[in-house]
Amino acid sequence: MVGNGRQDKQFGTGRMACSHAQDDTGTLTFGLLDEEGVAYVEIERGRRYAFFTDSSICIGCKACEVACKEWNGVPDDGFVFRATSYDNTGHLGSDTWRHVAFIEQDGRWLMSSDVCKHCTHAACLDVCPTGALFRTEFDTVVVQPDICNGCGYCVPACPFGVIERRESDGRAWKCTMCYDRLRGGMEPACAKACPTDSIQFGPLDELRERAQARLDRLHADGVEEARLYGESPDDGVGGTGAFFLLLDDPEVYGLPPDPVVTTRDLPQMWRWAGGAALTLVGAAMASFLRRR
Amino acid sequence: MAECHPVGFQWVMEARLRGVKVFHIDPRFSRTSAAVDRYLPIRAGSDIVLLGALINYVLSNELYFREYVLAYTNAATLVSERFRDTEDLDGLFSGFDPGTRRYDTGSWAYEGDEDARTDEMREGSGVHAEAAGSDSYGARGAGASARPPTDPTLRHPRCVFQILKRHFARYTPEMVQELCGISPEEFAELAEAITANSGRERTTAWVYSVGWTQHSVGVQYIRAASILQLLLGNIGRPGGGILALRGHASIQGSTDIPTLFNLLPGYIAMPHAHRHDDLADYLRREGGDTGYWGNRRAYLVSLLKAWWGDAATEDNDFCFDYLPRLTGDHGHYTTVMGQIDGTVKGYFVVGENPAVGSSNGKAQRLGLANLDWLVVRDLTVVETASFWKDAPELETGELRTQDIATEVFFLPAASHVEKEGTFTNTQRLLQWREKALEPPGECRSDLWFYYHLGKLIRQRLGDDEVDRPAKELTWDYPEHGEIREPSAEAVLREINGTGPDGRALSSYQELRPDGSTTCGCWIYCGVYADEVNQAARRRPGSAQSWVAPEWGWAWPANRRTLYNRASADPEGRPWSERKAYVWWDAEKGEWTGHDVPDFDKHKAPGYEPPEGARAEGALAGTDPFIMQSDGKGWLYVPSGLADGPLPTHYEPHESPVLNTLYGRQANPARRLYDRPENPYNPPGSAQFPYVFTTSRVTEHHTAGGMSRTLPYLSELQPAPFCEVSPRLAAEVGLVNGGWATIVTSRAAAEMRVLVTDRVRPLRVQGQLIEQVVIPYHWGYGGGGVVTGDVANDLLAIVLDPNVYIQESKAGTCAVLPGRRPRGRALLDLIEEYRHG
Ligand code: SF4
Ligand code: SF4
Repeated sequence: MVGNGRQDKQFGTGRMACSHAQDDTGTLTFGLLDEEGVAYVEIERGRRYAFFTDSSICIGCKACEVACKEWNGVPDDGFVFRATSYDNTGHLGSDTWRHVAFIEQDGRWLMSSDVCKHCTHAACLDVCPTGALFRTEFDTVVVQPDICNGCGYCVPACPFGVIERRESDGRAWKCTMCYDRLRGGMEPACAKACPTDSIQFGPLDELRERAQARLDRLHADGVEEARLYGESPDDGVGGTGAFFLLLDDPEVYGLPPDPVVTTRDLPQMWRWAGGAALTLVGAAMASFLRRR
Repeated sequence: MAECHPVGFQWVMEARLRGVKVFHIDPRFSRTSAAVDRYLPIRAGSDIVLLGALINYVLSNELYFREYVLAYTNAATLVSERFRDTEDLDGLFSGFDPGTRRYDTGSWAYEGDEDARTDEMREGSGVHAEAAGSDSYGARGAGASARPPTDPTLRHPRCVFQILKRHFARYTPEMVQELCGISPEEFAELAEAITANSGRERTTAWVYSVGWTQHSVGVQYIRAASILQLLLGNIGRPGGGILALRGHASIQGSTDIPTLFNLLPGYIAMPHAHRHDDLADYLRREGGDTGYWGNRRAYLVSLLKAWWGDAATEDNDFCFDYLPRLTGDHGHYTTVMGQIDGTVKGYFVVGENPAVGSSNGKAQRLGLANLDWLVVRDLTVVETASFWKDAPELETGELRTQDIATEVFFLPAASHVEKEGTFTNTQRLLQWREKALEPPGECRSDLWFYYHLGKLIRQRLGDDEVDRPAKELTWDYPEHGEIREPSAEAVLREINGTGPDGRALSSYQELRPDGSTTCGCWIYCGVYADEVNQAARRRPGSAQSWVAPEWGWAWPANRRTLYNRASADPEGRPWSERKAYVWWDAEKGEWTGHDVPDFDKHKAPGYEPPEGARAEGALAGTDPFIMQSDGKGWLYVPSGLADGPLPTHYEPHESPVLNTLYGRQANPARRLYDRPENPYNPPGSAQFPYVFTTSRVTEHHTAGGMSRTLPYLSELQPAPFCEVSPRLAAEVGLVNGGWATIVTSRAAAEMRVLVTDRVRPLRVQGQLIEQVVIPYHWGYGGGGVVTGDVANDLLAIVLDPNVYIQESKAGTCAVLPGRRPRGRALLDLIEEYRHG
C-alpha cells in the first residue's frame, strides 16, 4: 500500500474565507463584500458584541459544535453513546464550547445550541486570582491559557456550569467568542457555520432589538411559549452577552431559571473572610506549582 | 432534508419564515420533522398509496389545472385498444410474461403506435430491460408518435385521462389509512393544502431523496409525483417541480457525465452489442425522431469527435465502433455476483465503500475476496480496502486471510479542497471550485489518476487493431505544477465543445451531425461559452435578479428551471402576474422573461408543425416538454418503463403486510437474486415481524469514509444505533442505551438502543406495525475512530427493474435484546431464524 499522509494531517476549518480589512480608526470589518466592496457588518473595539441563539430555527445539525472545535483546536470529548436523544457530548465543558441540546417532548423535538453567556457580571472573572480571565475590548469574557494556573476557582463560580478544567492540562477552558477572529475582523466560527442563522452574532444592543422583534412575531403567530432568556440587564448576572430564544422553560434545556452571579455577595464576604481566603489562594497556587 | 442537507435546508427555513407551509412525510421522525409545520408518519414502502390517493382526490374533485393539463400533458391522447390496466388484470398490466417476469410493452403504446417497433427494439421490453435501458429515459424521450390521436373533451374511455381516473379510483383515503397508517383527517389536511396552493397564482413543490428511490418500485414513486404535479400545473413554473436531493456532492454530475454502465455523457444510451451494429443502426433504434432527441446524431457525433478527434471521420462512422458495448446487465449487484462466481476478476472502487455502503455487505465482501486484483481510491483506507484483514467473515470462519488471493492496491485520493473542478448540484448548477491546498503525500485527484494511468497504458500499446481505440483517443491536456496535474479547465472546455473555427461553442443548438463540431457532453455545451469558464461566475444574489443567472452555470443553456415554457399559458402569457417567469414577446417575436426560455427562442405560440417535420420542428408552439417525442408531459408512459405505464402500489419484497389493493403482492417485474449469498426473508414470516428502514444522520457521511475517521464528527454519533418505539422496547425487552441485535436472513447486527417517542407504531390493516430506524454509517474498521456492525449487511439485494437500485428503505427483521453471538454461533443464530 502507498503511504497516505492524510491520517496524521491536521484539517483546517474548510469554511469560506471572509474578506476583512482594518481602517485607520481601528474599525474591523467582516463578512462577504458586496459589489461595491462594502462589508455589511463592522466590528468595533469598545462596543459590546454578543450571540443571539434563536432555538426556534435551530435544526440541530451541530455545525456550530464542529466549527468551534475546528477553529479553536478543542480536543474531542470522548466517544460515548449517551442514549440521550441525539446528544452525545452531554454538556458544555473544557472540551465542548458549543453544545447542542436535544429535548424530546410529545410531538416536539427541541434543539438549542448552548454556549458561555459572557455575563455582564461574570463570576468566573471575579474570582480568577491570576487575571487569566479578563474582559476584552469587545466586552466578552476570555480566559488566557498562558496565564491560567489551573486553580479552578472559576469552575464552581460560574452559575451556568460553563467553565471547566481540562483533565489533560489542568487549565480552565471555555468559549472565547472567537476572540482571535473578532480581532481579525471575522464573526465567530459557530455563527459563521450555522446554516439557518439560529446563531446570530452582532452588537448586543442590535441583537436585543432583533430578538424582541422575532419574539413579537412568534407571539403574533401564536407561539405563546416562545420567550427570551438572558437578554434582560435586570437579571441576576446583569444580562448575558449570549442570550437565547427558547420554546420552553430554561430548565428543560438544562439552563438555570434564575441565574445569579455567585460573587454577588463577595464584597461583604471579603469583609468577614478577610485574609483567610488569601491564605487559601496562596496554598492552592503553591500546590499547583509543586505539581508542575 | 434537515438531516442530510442541512445547508440546503436553510432555504426551507427561510421559506417558512415567509409563511410557506411545509409538510414532512417520512417513516422516521427526523430533524426535518422537528422543523416543519406538519409531520406525517408513513409506513415504509407505502408511498404510492398516498400519492395515488392524492391523484384520485385531484381527479375526482376536479381540482386539476384544466387548461394546463389539456394543453401540456398527454391527458387527451388515446391509448391502444390492446392495453389492459391493473384494474383488469388484478395488479398486472398487459404483456406480462411470467416465465421471464418481464413485460412486452407493445400494448401500452398510443393508438396507432402499437406495431411501430418490434419487441426487441421497444423501450422497456426484453433486451432493453436487460441492460437497464429504461434508465436512459431520465431525460431521453422514449420513441412515441409525435401526433397521436386525441380526444380534447377528455371523455373517450381510452384517453389517458379516463385511464388515469379508473386506475387511481381505488386509491382512497381509507386505503391510505389501511396501508400507510395515515388517518383520513391527516390525509385531508395534506390534500387540501397542496390543491389550495396550486393553480394560476400558486405552486407547490415536492422534494424527495433516496427514501423514494430505494425501493423495488422506486421509479414509480417519482412517476406518481410527476402525475400529481402535472395535474396541478406545478411543472416548469417557479416554486413548483419535483426536486431530488442527491445523496452526495455532484451525484447529479456523475449521472450527467456518467459513472453508470448504461449511459454515455448527456444521457445518450450506451450501445448494445446485439442491437447496434453501426451508427445508423444505433440512431434508428434508440429514441424518437421528434423533439430534441431528434438531434441525437449531432450530440453523439460531436461526442465521438471530442474523444477521437481527427481519427473520427464520416468514413469510419466517427469511430462509433470504438465505443464499448453492453451485452446485458453490468450493474453493481450483477457485477458483485460475477465476482462471487469468478467471472469478474478485477475491480476499481473509487470514492465508494461498498463493503459497508451497499446492500448485503457479506455478498460484497465475498466478491472482493474472490478477485484477482482490486484498486481502491479513497481519502482513507476504507473497509473495502481493509476487508482482507478485518471483515466480519474472518471471525465466523467464512473467510481466512491466508486464502484471500485478491491483490489490493490502495491509492490515496485528494479531497475536494485539494483539487479544482466543478460540482453539479441537483438544480443542474455547475459551480467551479478552486484548489485551496496541495494534496498531501501521494494523494492525487481522480483526474490526475485517470489521466496518468491513460498515459502509461498508451505507452504500452502496440500496433494491434484492438489497441486503436485507446491509442487514437485525444489525450493531451496541459499539465501543471510539480505533480503534473492535468488542467481541469481544459477538460471542461473539451466537455463544452468547439466549432469548426476551434472556438468554444455557446449552445447545444450549434452542434452539427457532420463531424464539424466537438462536444464532450451535449447538455453541458455553453459552460465555456465565449472561452470563459461560466461555472466560475460568482456574482452575489444581491447584485442580480432573483433567478441569479450569473451564479455558476446551469445545464442546459444556463436554464434554471426546466420546461419553463409551461410557466406561460398556451398563448404565451404568464398564467398570472405573481407567477410570471418566461413569456412570448409578440412585438419582438421571441420568448423572454426572468430565466433563459427552455424553448426555441423564435417559435411562436401559434406554430403548428408541418407534416413530416423532425426534431424540435415537429413540436408545436404549445409543446413545452421539448425532450419528449410529442412535447407533452407524460401522465401515462406509453414506452420506456419496464414495470408499467402507471404507478401501482406493490408491497416491498419483504413486508409483513398483505397488498389489499391487488392480487399481486410485490412488483412483478422486480429484479431478484435468488442465490445462497442473498437469501430472502419468507413473505409474511412470523420470524421477522418488524419493518426496518435504513437512514442517515447529519453527523456522518454515507458509508463513513469521510466522517468516521474524524474525531469531531465521530464523537457526535459514536456508535451504530437503532431507534425503536417504547412499545417495541417493552415487547422485546430493550433498554434505552443498552444493546439490540437485529436479525434478517442475511445477517445479525448489534447496535445500541435509542428508545424514543419519535418512532410511533402505525395501525395498518388493524394491527400495529413497528418500524425500526437504523442509520447505516458504521463499519468494522477502515481506520475509523468509531466502529461497529454494518447495518447494510441486514439488507437483501432486490432491485427496481428500471434503474437497478436496491430496496434499502424497507425490509423485515427480528429484534433481540443484547449483543449478538460471536464466531460460528452467529451463523447458527441466523440459520435458526431463517429456517425456524
Ligand atoms: S457563563 Fe460562566 S464562564 Fe461564561 S462568562 Fe458567565 S460566569 Fe463566566
Ligand atoms: S449550527 Fe445552527 S442550526 Fe446547527 S445546531 Fe448549531 S445552532 Fe443549530
